[in-house]
Amino acid sequence: MPATRPLHLAAEIGGPPRYDADSHVALARLAEQGTLDYVTLDDSLARPGPDALAVLARVAPATTRIGLVPTVTTTHTEPFHVSSAVATLDWVSKGRAGWQADVSTTEAEARLFGRRPAAPAAALWQEAGEVADVAARLWDSWEDDAEIRDVATGRFVDRDKLHYVDFEGSTFSVRGPAVVPRPPQGRPVTVIDGTSGAARESAARHADVVHMRATSPEQAGALAGDLRRRATAHGRAPGTLRVLVALTVDLGDAETAPEPGWESGPQLAGRGTYFRGGPVDLAELITRWHRAGAVDGFHLTPIAPERDLERIVNGTVALLQHRSLFRTFYPGGTLREHLRLARPAGRFAAASTSEPHS
Amino acid sequence: MKQMHLAAHFPGVNSTTVWADPRSRSQIDFSSFEHLARTAERGRFDFFFLAEGLRLREHNGRIHDLDVVGRPESLTVLSALAAVTDRLGLAATVNATFNEPYELARRLATLDHLSAGRAAWNVVTSSDAFTGENFRRGGYLDRADRYSRAAEFVATARELWDSWTPEGTSRPFAHSGPQFDIAGEFTVPRSPQGHPVVIQAGDSGEGREFAASTADVIFTRHGTLEAGRAFYADVKGRLAKYGRQPDDLKIMPGVTVVLGDTDAEAQHNAAEIRTQQVSPQNAILALEQVWGRDLSSYDPDGPLPAVDPDPGSSLVQGRVRVADPLAVAAKWRALSESKDLSIRRTVIESTARQSFIGSPETVAAELTRFVAADAADGFILVPHLTPGGLDGFVDQVVPLLQERGAFRSEYVGSTLRSHLGLAEPVWKG
Repeated sequence: MPATRPLHLAAEIGGPPRYDADSHVALARLAEQGTLDYVTLDDSLARPGPDALAVLARVAPATTRIGLVPTVTTTHTEPFHVSSAVATLDWVSKGRAGWQADVSTTEAEARLFGRRPAAPAAALWQEAGEVADVAARLWDSWEDDAEIRDVATGRFVDRDKLHYVDFEGSTFSVRGPAVVPRPPQGRPVTVIDGTSGAARESAARHADVVHMRATSPEQAGALAGDLRRRATAHGRAPGTLRVLVALTVDLGDAETAPEPGWESGPQLAGRGTYFRGGPVDLAELITRWHRAGAVDGFHLTPIAPERDLERIVNGTVALLQHRSLFRTFYPGGTLREHLRLARPAGRFAAASTSEPHS
Repeated sequence: MKQMHLAAHFPGVNSTTVWADPRSRSQIDFSSFEHLARTAERGRFDFFFLAEGLRLREHNGRIHDLDVVGRPESLTVLSALAAVTDRLGLAATVNATFNEPYELARRLATLDHLSAGRAAWNVVTSSDAFTGENFRRGGYLDRADRYSRAAEFVATARELWDSWTPEGTSRPFAHSGPQFDIAGEFTVPRSPQGHPVVIQAGDSGEGREFAASTADVIFTRHGTLEAGRAFYADVKGRLAKYGRQPDDLKIMPGVTVVLGDTDAEAQHNAAEIRTQQVSPQNAILALEQVWGRDLSSYDPDGPLPAVDPDPGSSLVQGRVRVADPLAVAAKWRALSESKDLSIRRTVIESTARQSFIGSPETVAAELTRFVAADAADGFILVPHLTPGGLDGFVDQVVPLLQERGAFRSEYVGSTLRSHLGLAEPVWKG
């Protein structure tokens, strides 16, 4: 294992709501030019904006390597539909899909569906964890080689390689199996923002990538350590988890130095951390934090995507590449490969060859 | 001349699709969808149509394994197809029983924006607790409730689509009805077509009424000229009481086409395809669906069983049941005895659907005749091969239709509504 973990970089391409395809495609291509691991597109039922998963599906054929991670809320949606849509994003992107699971906590969001009242965040994150769990089970419910097309017996699939999941959650149940065959990555990458205490347990248990807000390398290291301990307690190998520091970045006016009153480091702003400075300052910060060994990388949310993402790619990333801290090409084709996460074996396939499973 | 409308159905999960053909490719890989959609657009088709699956079918308590199984989720595939097509309409079948208006209206409006006005929704309903086992929504809705939920669902979706003004201002909505009691603000502005196109599939009385009251296109299965004319007159006759014009609803039966250089060669090809569609194992399965009994010990090349069907059985899950199994069995027996047919041959002959079989000239003439006779406004083609099943039609038949003036040579507009000759809906703020 290298002294320093490989650096992973991701960027949000949301910002002010836009509904056309072209602006999203342009931003995703820009991020791909910078060989970023993935782009995220935030989503919420509570404020203007298009359905993020559909937007990134539209982006998929217009890009070739970049990972595509829409926010998908789990509170008022059907877990079976969520699982199918994310698996399909993986099919249409040839293995580049992830999803950022999120919850809807407000009464206003509950009224949009009229099915049940708003619930406390802790209960919703428990449910979100269950949705992530059942989604993964559904992705595994077709073994990789279930489709056999055996002309002699007339069988298109081997039904013994299709499995009911029979999942009983606290608020829903799903019989299975999936209708979508197992996606190219086996399981698309599950991302959870673990900053809030309510989300952390579900993140440690179910996420492949966790975004965390932190104001110092020490704090980030402590949070990442806490997450890895929790993941281990759930029987996971800590190496199967990537922890990325989430930073909101403003690379606006300050080309080299921060404005008076701002340190060139992350500041607490609202519920997150906020960086203001130039692209070079950001590269310095990433270099310093990453060398401290605390985290696997950064998820950057530019406050003005068109302007700031260009500066991130052509300024910050270019400098990190020049310093050999970040790769200059994609060595693989799938998001799991970018993140150096193995393609998981299906749990049912493992079960049928009598390996232990959880 | 009355011009026809044409649409392409992606051949996935159904007994029409011949997966055993060596030319058959993946029903999942995006390249298959891209190939068929690009072919349809090259043929200047109105739209591309995807079916939906929410639970794998079962037979006798086990997952059905003889036909193509497994498909991706429609709206996500269509969003991706919007990237590789420019004009083609993109229609998703989405169940109104196991979805909620706010979420689905949002996904459809997003697709309409991403495709610059090419989205369509084929509204279907489900009554079945079998499918419900995969959903929070769960179990059973009786037949009347299915349609009242679907009608209220569509009306609610349209209220959401109208909650932004054409100028781009969001206004709060509130809907309170027997099925949905919701309020808030919709997150997507009015889409390029105003509303995505609404398609309705179904031939029942309730289905016809629902379509007449609210749909832009009805997807039917009336294949013969006579049945088509009767259906067409009936449905178009229902529009007036909803204040709609006959042209406001397009009637498009799903049809199969088999081509050959000559009519005789096409008939030969059609017979081969039928034989492939009804494999020996599928013949026994079709028999079991009527008989309601395990008939796996029977020889598909032998005679029909002497025992009678068990009308009380429910061997099939996730498929429409045979309404009167004793009558169907009697018909099949009579056919088998009169022509001395095996089980497999009997099934092949009994389950053959009306389709257009012939040389490109013959097929072009027949399609034109159906439309001219008001048996249809157009057709949804259901190829038997993935993904190349439309190639022959687009290369050989479409040019003949265009020469006759029976089909457009170029798209005139960019939205699906413009292809279908449908007006943009009036904004109801």
